[in-house]
Amino acid sequence: MSTEFRLKTGLADMLKGGAIMDVTNAEQARIAEDAGAVSVMALERVPADIRRDGGVARMSSPEKIREIIESVSIPVMAKVRIGHFVEAQILQEMGVDFVDESEVLTPADEENHIDKHAFEVPFVCGCRNLGEALRRIGEGAALIRTKGEAGSGNIVEAVRHLRQIGNELRRLTILTDDELMSASKELRAPYEIVRMVARDGRLPVPNFAAGGVATPADAALCMQLGAESVFVGSGIFKSTDPEQRAKAIVKAVTHYRDPAMLVEVSMGLGEPMRGLDIATMPEEELLQTRGN
Amino acid sequence: MGAFPEATTVGPRPGPAPSPAPPRIGVLALQGSFALHAAVLRRLGIEAVEVRRAAALEGLDGLIIPGGESSTMLKFLLEEDLFDPLVAFQRDGGALYGTCAGAILMARTVENPAQKSLGVLDIEIQRNGYGRQLESHLGACPCSALGEPDLPLVMIRGPVISDTGPRVEVLAEWRGQPAFVREGKVLATTFHPELTDDTRIHAYFLELAAEAREATSRKSGGTISR
Repeated sequence: MSTEFRLKTGLADMLKGGAIMDVTNAEQARIAEDAGAVSVMALERVPADIRRDGGVARMSSPEKIREIIESVSIPVMAKVRIGHFVEAQILQEMGVDFVDESEVLTPADEENHIDKHAFEVPFVCGCRNLGEALRRIGEGAALIRTKGEAGSGNIVEAVRHLRQIGNELRRLTILTDDELMSASKELRAPYEIVRMVARDGRLPVPNFAAGGVATPADAALCMQLGAESVFVGSGIFKSTDPEQRAKAIVKAVTHYRDPAMLVEVSMGLGEPMRGLDIATMPEEELLQTRGN
Repeated sequence: MGAFPEATTVGPRPGPAPSPAPPRIGVLALQGSFALHAAVLRRLGIEAVEVRRAAALEGLDGLIIPGGESSTMLKFLLEEDLFDPLVAFQRDGGALYGTCAGAILMARTVENPAQKSLGVLDIEIQRNGYGRQLESHLGACPCSALGEPDLPLVMIRGPVISDTGPRVEVLAEWRGQPAFVREGKVLATTFHPELTDDTRIHAYFLELAAEAREATSRKSGGTISR
Protein backbone atom coordinates (compact mmCIF):
# COMPACT_ATOMS: atom_id res chain seq x y z
CA MET A 1 0.00 0.00 0.00
CA SER A 2 1.61 3.29 -1.03
CA THR A 3 1.53 6.21 1.37
CA GLU A 4 -0.42 8.25 -1.17
CA PHE A 5 -3.07 5.53 -1.20
CA ARG A 6 -3.36 6.11 2.58
CA LEU A 7 -4.94 9.49 1.82
CA LYS A 8 -7.69 7.73 -0.11
CA THR A 9 -8.41 4.99 2.41
CA GLY A 10 -7.95 7.60 5.17
CA LEU A 11 -11.11 9.41 4.10
CA ALA A 12 -12.96 6.08 4.11
CA ASP A 13 -11.60 5.49 7.65
CA MET A 14 -13.13 8.79 8.75
CA LEU A 15 -16.53 7.70 7.42
CA LYS A 16 -16.60 4.52 9.53
CA GLY A 17 -19.50 3.99 11.89
CA GLY A 18 -21.68 6.27 9.81
CA ALA A 19 -24.49 6.38 7.28
CA ILE A 20 -24.00 7.63 3.72
CA MET A 21 -27.25 8.65 2.05
CA ASP A 22 -28.33 8.82 -1.59
CA VAL A 23 -29.61 12.28 -2.51
CA THR A 24 -30.77 13.77 -5.80
CA ASN A 25 -30.79 17.48 -4.91
CA ALA A 26 -29.66 20.10 -2.38
CA GLU A 27 -32.79 19.84 -0.26
CA GLN A 28 -32.35 16.12 0.27
CA ALA A 29 -28.64 16.67 0.94
CA ARG A 30 -29.47 19.11 3.74
CA ILE A 31 -31.99 16.70 5.24
CA ALA A 32 -29.33 13.99 5.23
CA GLU A 33 -26.69 16.25 6.82
CA ASP A 34 -29.14 17.49 9.47
CA ALA A 35 -29.94 13.88 10.31
CA GLY A 36 -26.25 13.18 10.95
CA ALA A 37 -25.18 11.48 7.69
CA VAL A 38 -21.37 11.33 7.39
CA SER A 39 -21.57 11.82 3.63
CA VAL A 40 -24.10 12.12 0.83
CA MET A 41 -24.12 10.30 -2.51
CA ALA A 42 -25.27 12.40 -5.45
CA LEU A 43 -27.17 10.60 -8.17
CA GLU A 44 -29.72 11.40 -10.86
CA ARG A 45 -32.50 9.19 -9.49
CA VAL A 46 -32.60 6.93 -6.43
CA PRO A 47 -32.27 3.23 -7.34
CA ALA A 48 -35.98 2.49 -6.80
CA ASP A 49 -36.85 5.11 -9.44
CA ILE A 50 -34.17 3.86 -11.83
CA ARG A 51 -35.68 0.42 -11.47
CA ARG A 52 -39.22 1.74 -12.07
CA ASP A 53 -38.46 4.12 -14.96
CA GLY A 54 -35.92 2.06 -16.87
CA GLY A 55 -33.86 3.75 -19.58
CA VAL A 56 -30.17 4.58 -19.29
CA ALA A 57 -29.10 5.78 -15.84
CA ARG A 58 -26.08 8.11 -15.97
CA MET A 59 -23.96 10.32 -13.74
CA SER A 60 -25.96 13.16 -12.17
CA SER A 61 -25.76 16.50 -14.00
CA PRO A 62 -22.88 18.82 -13.01
CA GLU A 63 -25.40 21.50 -11.99
CA LYS A 64 -27.03 19.14 -9.49
CA ILE A 65 -23.67 18.01 -8.16
CA ARG A 66 -22.48 21.62 -7.78
CA GLU A 67 -25.73 22.46 -5.96
CA ILE A 68 -25.25 19.54 -3.57
CA ILE A 69 -21.57 20.35 -2.94
CA GLU A 70 -22.48 23.92 -2.08
CA SER A 71 -25.31 22.99 0.26
CA VAL A 72 -23.47 20.74 2.77
CA SER A 73 -20.18 20.69 4.71
CA ILE A 74 -19.84 16.88 4.80
CA PRO A 75 -18.03 14.96 2.02
CA VAL A 76 -19.95 14.51 -1.22
CA MET A 77 -19.79 11.30 -3.23
CA ALA A 78 -21.23 10.81 -6.69
CA LYS A 79 -21.88 7.82 -8.93
CA VAL A 80 -20.41 7.08 -12.35
CA ARG A 81 -21.25 4.27 -14.73
CA ILE A 82 -18.98 1.21 -14.60
CA GLY A 83 -16.03 1.84 -16.95
CA HIS A 84 -17.02 5.46 -17.69
CA PHE A 85 -13.71 7.10 -16.80
CA VAL A 86 -14.70 10.40 -18.40
CA GLU A 87 -17.65 10.80 -16.02
CA ALA A 88 -15.06 10.19 -13.26
CA GLN A 89 -12.73 12.84 -14.72
CA ILE A 90 -15.61 15.31 -14.64
CA LEU A 91 -16.42 14.52 -11.00
CA GLN A 92 -12.77 14.80 -9.96
CA GLU A 93 -12.53 18.17 -11.71
CA MET A 94 -15.60 19.34 -9.79
CA GLY A 95 -14.00 18.47 -6.45
CA VAL A 96 -16.25 15.52 -5.55
CA ASP A 97 -14.71 13.75 -2.52
CA PHE A 98 -15.40 10.10 -3.46
CA VAL A 99 -16.51 8.47 -6.72
CA ASP A 100 -18.77 5.41 -6.72
CA GLU A 101 -18.24 3.28 -9.82
CA SER A 102 -21.68 1.83 -9.50
CA GLU A 103 -23.74 -1.05 -10.86
CA VAL A 104 -26.84 1.01 -10.06
CA LEU A 105 -26.16 3.09 -13.19
CA THR A 106 -26.18 1.55 -16.67
CA PRO A 107 -22.68 0.17 -17.40
CA ALA A 108 -20.64 2.02 -20.03
CA ASP A 109 -18.15 -0.82 -20.46
CA GLU A 110 -19.14 -4.46 -20.17
CA GLU A 111 -15.54 -5.71 -19.97
CA ASN A 112 -13.46 -3.20 -18.01
CA HIS A 113 -13.75 -1.14 -14.90
CA ILE A 114 -12.05 2.23 -14.51
CA ASP A 115 -8.30 2.29 -13.80
CA LYS A 116 -8.77 3.97 -10.44
CA HIS A 117 -5.02 4.32 -9.78
CA ALA A 118 -5.01 7.00 -12.46
CA PHE A 119 -7.14 9.32 -10.30
CA GLU A 120 -6.42 11.44 -7.24
CA VAL A 121 -10.02 11.19 -6.07
CA PRO A 122 -10.73 7.96 -4.13
CA PHE A 123 -13.18 5.38 -5.51
CA VAL A 124 -15.68 3.05 -3.90
CA CYS A 125 -16.88 -0.07 -5.77
CA GLY A 126 -19.50 -2.71 -5.14
CA CYS A 127 -18.90 -6.44 -4.86
CA ARG A 128 -20.75 -9.67 -4.21
CA ASN A 129 -17.80 -11.81 -3.15
CA LEU A 130 -14.15 -11.66 -2.16
CA GLY A 131 -12.74 -12.12 -5.65
CA GLU A 132 -14.73 -9.20 -6.96
CA ALA A 133 -13.65 -7.05 -4.00
CA LEU A 134 -9.98 -7.86 -4.57
CA ARG A 135 -10.21 -7.19 -8.32
CA ARG A 136 -11.63 -3.74 -7.58
CA ILE A 137 -8.91 -3.11 -4.99
CA GLY A 138 -6.36 -4.22 -7.59
CA GLU A 139 -7.77 -1.54 -9.91
CA GLY A 140 -7.31 1.04 -7.14
CA ALA A 141 -10.59 1.16 -5.19
CA ALA A 142 -10.02 2.68 -1.72
CA LEU A 143 -13.33 1.46 -0.29
CA ILE A 144 -15.43 -1.62 -0.93
CA ARG A 145 -19.15 -1.97 -0.36
CA THR A 146 -21.48 -4.88 -0.88
CA LYS A 147 -23.73 -4.55 -3.90
CA GLY A 148 -26.80 -5.98 -2.24
CA GLU A 149 -29.78 -5.36 -4.51
CA ALA A 150 -30.17 -1.60 -4.83
CA GLY A 151 -33.65 -0.11 -4.87
CA SER A 152 -35.24 -3.34 -3.64
CA GLY A 153 -35.83 -2.36 0.00
CA ASN A 154 -34.82 -5.96 0.68
CA ILE A 155 -31.73 -6.65 2.79
CA VAL A 156 -31.35 -10.29 1.76
CA GLU A 157 -28.74 -9.69 -0.94
CA ALA A 158 -26.56 -7.39 1.20
CA VAL A 159 -26.62 -10.09 3.88
CA ARG A 160 -25.67 -12.72 1.32
CA HIS A 161 -22.73 -10.60 0.10
CA LEU A 162 -21.48 -9.71 3.60
CA ARG A 163 -21.60 -13.34 4.67
CA GLN A 164 -19.92 -14.46 1.45
CA ILE A 165 -17.03 -12.02 1.87
CA GLY A 166 -16.60 -12.86 5.57
CA ASN A 167 -16.66 -16.56 4.85
CA GLU A 168 -14.12 -16.33 2.02
CA LEU A 169 -11.86 -14.08 4.11
CA ARG A 170 -11.78 -16.60 6.95
CA ARG A 171 -11.05 -19.44 4.54
CA LEU A 172 -8.06 -17.60 3.08
CA THR A 173 -6.45 -17.21 6.50
CA ILE A 174 -6.09 -20.98 7.00
CA LEU A 175 -4.30 -21.62 3.71
CA THR A 176 -0.56 -22.20 3.63
CA ASP A 177 1.66 -19.87 1.57
CA ASP A 178 2.05 -22.41 -1.23
CA GLU A 179 -1.73 -22.65 -1.60
CA LEU A 180 -2.21 -18.92 -2.20
CA MET A 181 -1.39 -18.84 -5.91
CA SER A 182 -4.08 -21.40 -6.57
CA ALA A 183 -6.47 -19.43 -4.36
CA SER A 184 -5.63 -16.32 -6.34
CA LYS A 185 -6.46 -18.19 -9.56
CA GLU A 186 -9.80 -19.35 -8.17
CA LEU A 187 -10.65 -15.90 -6.85
CA ARG A 188 -9.50 -14.34 -10.14
CA ALA A 189 -7.74 -11.74 -8.00
CA PRO A 190 -4.18 -10.31 -7.89
CA TYR A 191 -1.77 -12.64 -6.06
CA GLU A 192 -0.08 -9.87 -4.02
CA ILE A 193 -3.42 -8.68 -2.66
CA VAL A 194 -4.55 -12.24 -1.94
CA ARG A 195 -1.34 -12.74 0.09
CA MET A 196 -1.89 -9.54 2.03
CA VAL A 197 -5.48 -10.48 2.84
CA ALA A 198 -4.52 -14.02 3.86
CA ARG A 199 -1.90 -12.60 6.23
CA ASP A 200 -4.12 -9.89 7.78
CA GLY A 201 -7.47 -11.70 7.73
CA ARG A 202 -9.18 -8.56 6.50
CA LEU A 203 -9.47 -6.40 3.40
CA PRO A 204 -6.73 -3.78 2.95
CA VAL A 205 -9.43 -1.10 2.59
CA PRO A 206 -12.59 -0.41 4.63
CA ASN A 207 -15.66 -2.53 3.89
CA PHE A 208 -19.13 -0.95 3.98
CA ALA A 209 -22.59 -2.35 3.26
CA ALA A 210 -25.08 -1.21 0.64
CA GLY A 211 -28.14 -2.37 -1.24
CA GLY A 212 -31.58 -2.80 0.28
CA VAL A 213 -31.24 -1.05 3.67
CA ALA A 214 -34.74 0.17 4.62
CA THR A 215 -34.90 0.13 8.44
CA PRO A 216 -32.63 0.90 11.43
CA ALA A 217 -32.62 -2.85 12.11
CA ASP A 218 -31.34 -3.52 8.58
CA ALA A 219 -28.49 -1.08 9.15
CA ALA A 220 -27.58 -2.63 12.52
CA LEU A 221 -27.75 -6.11 10.96
CA CYS A 222 -25.15 -5.11 8.35
CA MET A 223 -22.91 -3.68 11.10
CA GLN A 224 -23.18 -6.82 13.21
CA LEU A 225 -22.25 -8.85 10.13
CA GLY A 226 -19.00 -6.93 9.88
CA ALA A 227 -19.75 -3.86 7.75
CA GLU A 228 -17.96 -0.73 8.97
CA SER A 229 -20.58 1.74 7.70
CA VAL A 230 -23.82 1.66 5.76
CA PHE A 231 -24.94 3.24 2.49
CA VAL A 232 -28.66 3.95 2.36
CA GLY A 233 -30.19 4.52 -1.05
CA SER A 234 -33.90 4.57 -1.70
CA GLY A 235 -34.62 3.56 1.91
CA ILE A 236 -34.67 7.16 3.17
CA PHE A 237 -36.45 9.21 0.53
CA LYS A 238 -38.89 6.45 -0.51
CA SER A 239 -40.19 6.17 3.07
CA THR A 240 -43.07 8.24 4.44
CA ASP A 241 -40.92 10.25 6.89
CA PRO A 242 -37.39 10.72 5.49
CA GLU A 243 -36.15 13.06 8.28
CA GLN A 244 -37.03 10.69 11.12
CA ARG A 245 -35.90 7.58 9.26
CA ALA A 246 -32.58 9.16 8.33
CA LYS A 247 -31.92 10.10 11.97
CA ALA A 248 -32.93 6.66 13.17
CA ILE A 249 -30.59 4.90 10.74
CA VAL A 250 -27.68 7.16 11.78
CA LYS A 251 -28.27 6.23 15.42
CA ALA A 252 -28.73 2.54 14.65
CA VAL A 253 -25.31 2.43 12.96
CA THR A 254 -23.60 3.88 16.06
CA HIS A 255 -25.57 1.84 18.61
CA TYR A 256 -25.74 -1.29 16.46
CA ARG A 257 -25.03 -3.62 19.39
CA ASP A 258 -27.40 -1.91 21.84
CA PRO A 259 -30.89 -3.46 21.53
CA ALA A 260 -32.43 -0.91 23.94
CA MET A 261 -31.27 1.92 21.68
CA LEU A 262 -32.47 0.05 18.60
CA VAL A 263 -35.95 -0.21 20.13
CA GLU A 264 -35.93 3.50 20.87
CA VAL A 265 -34.79 4.61 17.42
CA SER A 266 -37.14 2.23 15.60
CA MET A 267 -40.26 3.87 17.08
CA GLY A 268 -42.48 6.37 15.30
CA LEU A 269 -40.88 6.20 11.87
CA GLY A 270 -43.97 5.80 9.69
CA GLU A 271 -43.89 3.34 6.79
CA PRO A 272 -40.61 2.07 5.32
CA MET A 273 -40.25 1.88 1.55
CA ARG A 274 -42.16 -0.95 -0.07
CA GLY A 275 -39.82 -3.87 -0.69
CA LEU A 276 -39.43 -6.30 -3.56
CA ASP A 277 -39.19 -10.07 -3.33
CA ILE A 278 -35.88 -10.75 -5.06
CA ALA A 279 -36.45 -14.51 -5.34
CA THR A 280 -39.31 -13.88 -7.78
CA MET A 281 -37.53 -11.18 -9.78
CA PRO A 282 -36.40 -11.99 -13.32
CA GLU A 283 -32.60 -12.26 -13.60
CA GLU A 284 -32.39 -9.39 -16.11
CA GLU A 285 -33.89 -6.98 -13.59
CA LEU A 286 -31.09 -7.54 -11.08
CA LEU A 287 -28.58 -4.69 -10.75
CA GLN A 288 -26.00 -6.69 -8.81
CA THR A 289 -24.97 -8.81 -11.80
CA ARG A 290 -23.61 -5.74 -13.61
CA GLY A 291 -19.80 -5.54 -13.61
CA ASN A 292 -17.73 -8.44 -12.35
CA MET B 1 -1.95 -6.38 30.83
CA GLY B 2 0.66 -5.89 28.12
CA ALA B 3 3.33 -3.38 29.08
CA PHE B 4 1.98 -2.97 32.60
CA PRO B 5 2.23 -6.35 34.35
CA GLU B 6 0.83 -6.39 37.82
CA ALA B 7 3.46 -6.43 40.53
CA THR B 8 3.54 -9.73 42.38
CA THR B 9 5.42 -10.97 45.43
CA VAL B 10 6.81 -14.47 45.32
CA GLY B 11 7.73 -16.21 48.59
CA PRO B 12 9.72 -14.32 51.21
CA ARG B 13 11.70 -12.30 48.67
CA PRO B 14 10.48 -8.73 48.21
CA GLY B 15 8.86 -8.31 44.77
CA PRO B 16 9.59 -5.46 42.43
CA ALA B 17 8.26 -2.05 43.47
CA PRO B 18 4.59 -1.98 42.52
CA SER B 19 4.30 -0.21 39.16
CA PRO B 20 1.57 2.41 39.06
CA ALA B 21 -1.67 1.15 37.55
CA PRO B 22 -2.00 2.24 33.91
CA PRO B 23 -4.37 5.12 33.17
CA ARG B 24 -7.85 4.18 32.07
CA ILE B 25 -8.55 5.50 28.59
CA GLY B 26 -11.75 5.77 26.60
CA VAL B 27 -12.28 6.44 22.90
CA LEU B 28 -15.43 8.26 21.89
CA ALA B 29 -16.97 5.66 19.57
CA LEU B 30 -19.91 7.49 18.02
CA GLN B 31 -18.37 7.50 14.56
CA GLY B 32 -15.04 7.82 12.75
CA SER B 33 -11.53 6.49 13.41
CA PHE B 34 -12.17 5.25 16.97
CA ALA B 35 -11.08 1.67 16.25
CA LEU B 36 -7.80 2.91 14.78
CA HIS B 37 -7.11 4.93 17.94
CA ALA B 38 -7.91 1.88 20.06
CA ALA B 39 -5.44 -0.12 17.95
CA VAL B 40 -2.65 2.42 18.61
CA LEU B 41 -3.39 2.31 22.35
CA ARG B 42 -3.30 -1.49 22.25
CA ARG B 43 0.21 -1.30 20.80
CA LEU B 44 1.09 0.83 23.84
CA GLY B 45 -0.36 -1.77 26.18
CA ILE B 46 -3.67 -0.06 26.91
CA GLU B 47 -7.06 -1.64 26.26
CA ALA B 48 -9.37 1.34 25.65
CA VAL B 49 -13.06 1.53 26.52
CA GLU B 50 -15.44 2.47 23.67
CA VAL B 51 -17.59 5.35 24.88
CA ARG B 52 -21.03 5.70 23.31
CA ARG B 53 -22.95 6.85 26.37
CA ALA B 54 -22.09 9.25 29.18
CA ALA B 55 -22.11 6.48 31.78
CA ALA B 56 -19.01 4.97 30.14
CA LEU B 57 -16.95 8.05 31.12
CA GLU B 58 -17.13 6.97 34.75
CA GLY B 59 -13.68 6.11 36.08
CA LEU B 60 -11.74 7.16 32.98
CA ASP B 61 -8.55 9.22 33.24
CA GLY B 62 -8.39 10.18 29.59
CA LEU B 63 -10.61 10.27 26.51
CA ILE B 64 -9.73 10.41 22.82
CA ILE B 65 -12.17 12.12 20.46
CA PRO B 66 -11.34 10.61 17.06
CA GLY B 67 -11.37 11.86 13.50
CA GLY B 68 -14.57 11.58 11.54
CA GLU B 69 -17.37 13.98 10.71
CA SER B 70 -17.66 16.60 13.44
CA SER B 71 -21.22 17.54 12.39
CA THR B 72 -22.34 13.92 12.86
CA MET B 73 -20.65 13.52 16.24
CA LEU B 74 -21.99 16.87 17.44
CA LYS B 75 -25.57 15.66 16.81
CA PHE B 76 -24.94 12.72 19.12
CA LEU B 77 -23.38 14.95 21.78
CA LEU B 78 -26.40 17.25 21.76
CA GLU B 79 -29.19 14.71 21.37
CA GLU B 80 -27.88 11.97 23.61
CA ASP B 81 -26.80 14.04 26.61
CA LEU B 82 -23.08 13.67 26.11
CA PHE B 83 -22.23 17.35 25.68
CA ASP B 84 -22.32 18.46 29.35
CA PRO B 85 -20.73 15.23 30.68
CA LEU B 86 -17.77 15.76 28.31
CA VAL B 87 -17.31 19.36 29.47
CA ALA B 88 -17.54 18.13 33.08
CA PHE B 89 -15.00 15.37 32.36
CA GLN B 90 -12.42 17.98 31.35
CA ARG B 91 -13.34 20.35 34.20
CA ASP B 92 -12.90 17.53 36.72
CA GLY B 93 -9.35 16.93 35.54
CA GLY B 94 -9.71 14.24 32.84
CA ALA B 95 -7.22 14.34 29.98
CA LEU B 96 -8.54 14.81 26.44
CA TYR B 97 -7.00 14.28 23.01
CA GLY B 98 -8.87 15.20 19.82
CA THR B 99 -7.76 14.47 16.24
CA CYS B 100 -9.22 16.50 13.38
CA ALA B 101 -12.98 16.31 14.02
CA GLY B 102 -12.11 15.81 17.70
CA ALA B 103 -10.13 19.07 17.69
CA ILE B 104 -13.13 20.81 16.10
CA LEU B 105 -15.50 19.48 18.76
CA MET B 106 -13.21 20.63 21.59
CA ALA B 107 -12.51 24.13 20.25
CA ARG B 108 -13.69 27.42 21.73
CA THR B 109 -14.89 28.67 18.31
CA VAL B 110 -15.68 26.75 15.10
CA GLU B 111 -16.05 28.38 11.69
CA ASN B 112 -16.68 27.45 8.04
CA PRO B 113 -19.48 26.91 8.86
CA ALA B 114 -19.92 27.91 12.49
CA GLN B 115 -21.11 25.13 14.79
CA LYS B 116 -21.46 24.57 18.50
CA SER B 117 -18.45 23.13 20.31
CA LEU B 118 -17.39 21.97 23.78
CA GLY B 119 -15.11 24.96 24.40
CA VAL B 120 -12.59 22.93 26.43
CA LEU B 121 -9.62 24.10 24.33
CA ASP B 122 -8.96 27.80 23.72
CA ILE B 123 -8.56 27.71 19.93
CA GLU B 124 -10.49 29.01 16.95
CA ILE B 125 -10.67 26.44 14.14
CA GLN B 126 -11.77 26.46 10.50
CA ARG B 127 -13.48 23.26 9.30
CA ASN B 128 -12.07 21.87 6.03
CA GLY B 129 -9.45 24.62 6.22
CA TYR B 130 -7.41 23.21 3.34
CA GLY B 131 -10.40 22.44 1.13
CA ARG B 132 -11.97 19.22 -0.10
CA GLN B 133 -10.53 15.68 -0.37
CA LEU B 134 -8.36 16.58 -3.38
CA GLU B 135 -6.48 18.92 -1.01
CA SER B 136 -5.86 16.12 1.52
CA HIS B 137 -2.10 15.68 1.82
CA LEU B 138 0.85 14.04 3.54
CA GLY B 139 3.81 15.71 5.19
CA ALA B 140 6.07 15.75 8.23
CA CYS B 141 6.42 18.42 10.89
CA PRO B 142 9.14 18.96 13.48
CA CYS B 143 8.05 18.74 17.13
CA SER B 144 10.71 19.56 19.72
CA ALA B 145 8.59 18.15 22.57
CA LEU B 146 8.70 14.68 20.95
CA GLY B 147 12.18 14.87 19.39
CA GLU B 148 13.42 13.21 16.21
CA PRO B 149 12.23 12.22 13.67
CA ASP B 150 9.63 14.72 12.46
CA LEU B 151 6.02 13.71 13.07
CA PRO B 152 4.46 12.09 10.01
CA LEU B 153 1.37 14.01 9.05
CA VAL B 154 -1.73 12.70 7.30
CA MET B 155 -4.19 15.51 6.68
CA ILE B 156 -7.66 14.36 5.54
CA ARG B 157 -10.00 17.26 4.74
CA GLY B 158 -8.25 18.72 7.77
CA PRO B 159 -9.18 21.80 9.78
CA VAL B 160 -6.90 24.82 10.28
CA ILE B 161 -6.34 26.36 13.73
CA SER B 162 -6.66 30.09 13.05
CA ASP B 163 -6.19 31.42 16.59
CA THR B 164 -4.90 30.16 19.94
CA GLY B 165 -5.48 31.55 23.45
CA PRO B 166 -2.66 32.64 25.80
CA ARG B 167 -2.47 29.33 27.69
CA VAL B 168 -2.30 27.21 24.54
CA GLU B 169 1.14 25.80 23.74
CA VAL B 170 1.87 25.14 20.06
CA LEU B 171 3.81 21.85 19.91
CA ALA B 172 4.02 21.57 16.11
CA GLU B 173 3.15 23.72 13.12
CA TRP B 174 2.24 22.89 9.58
CA ARG B 175 2.31 25.43 6.76
CA GLY B 176 2.71 28.21 9.31
CA GLN B 177 -0.37 27.24 11.38
CA PRO B 178 -0.58 25.33 14.68
CA ALA B 179 -1.21 21.65 13.96
CA PHE B 180 -0.50 20.09 17.39
CA VAL B 181 -1.48 22.07 20.48
CA ARG B 182 -1.76 21.57 24.21
CA GLU B 183 -3.59 23.41 26.96
CA GLY B 184 -3.12 21.75 30.34
CA LYS B 185 -4.27 18.15 29.95
CA VAL B 186 -6.01 18.79 26.61
CA LEU B 187 -4.22 17.86 23.36
CA ALA B 188 -5.33 18.36 19.79
CA THR B 189 -3.94 17.60 16.34
CA THR B 190 -5.46 18.70 13.05
CA PHE B 191 -3.88 15.59 11.48
CA HIS B 192 -4.25 11.85 12.06
CA PRO B 193 -1.44 10.00 13.88
CA GLU B 194 -3.87 7.06 14.14
CA LEU B 195 -3.36 6.54 10.39
CA THR B 196 0.42 6.14 10.81
CA ASP B 197 2.79 3.81 12.69
CA ASP B 198 4.05 6.65 14.90
CA THR B 199 2.75 6.20 18.45
CA ARG B 200 4.58 9.12 20.11
CA ILE B 201 1.61 11.47 20.39
CA HIS B 202 -0.52 8.73 21.95
CA ALA B 203 2.30 7.89 24.38
CA TYR B 204 2.52 11.59 25.28
CA PHE B 205 -1.25 11.63 25.87
CA LEU B 206 -0.94 8.59 28.15
CA GLU B 207 1.51 10.58 30.30
CA LEU B 208 -1.09 13.35 30.69
CA ALA B 209 -3.75 10.76 31.53
CA ALA B 210 -1.39 9.21 34.10
CA GLU B 211 -1.02 12.66 35.70
CA ALA B 212 -4.80 12.95 35.74
CA ARG B 213 -4.99 9.59 37.45
CA GLU B 214 -2.46 10.58 40.10
CA ALA B 215 -4.24 13.87 40.79
CA THR B 216 -7.56 12.09 41.28
CA SER B 217 -5.91 9.46 43.41
CA ARG B 218 -4.40 12.15 45.70
CA LYS B 219 -7.71 14.01 45.94
CA SER B 220 -9.61 10.92 46.99
CA GLY B 221 -6.90 9.72 49.37
CA GLY B 222 -5.77 6.71 47.37
CA THR B 223 -9.01 5.30 46.08
CA ILE B 224 -9.80 6.39 42.58
CA SER B 225 -13.36 7.35 42.09
CA ARG B 226 -13.65 9.66 39.11
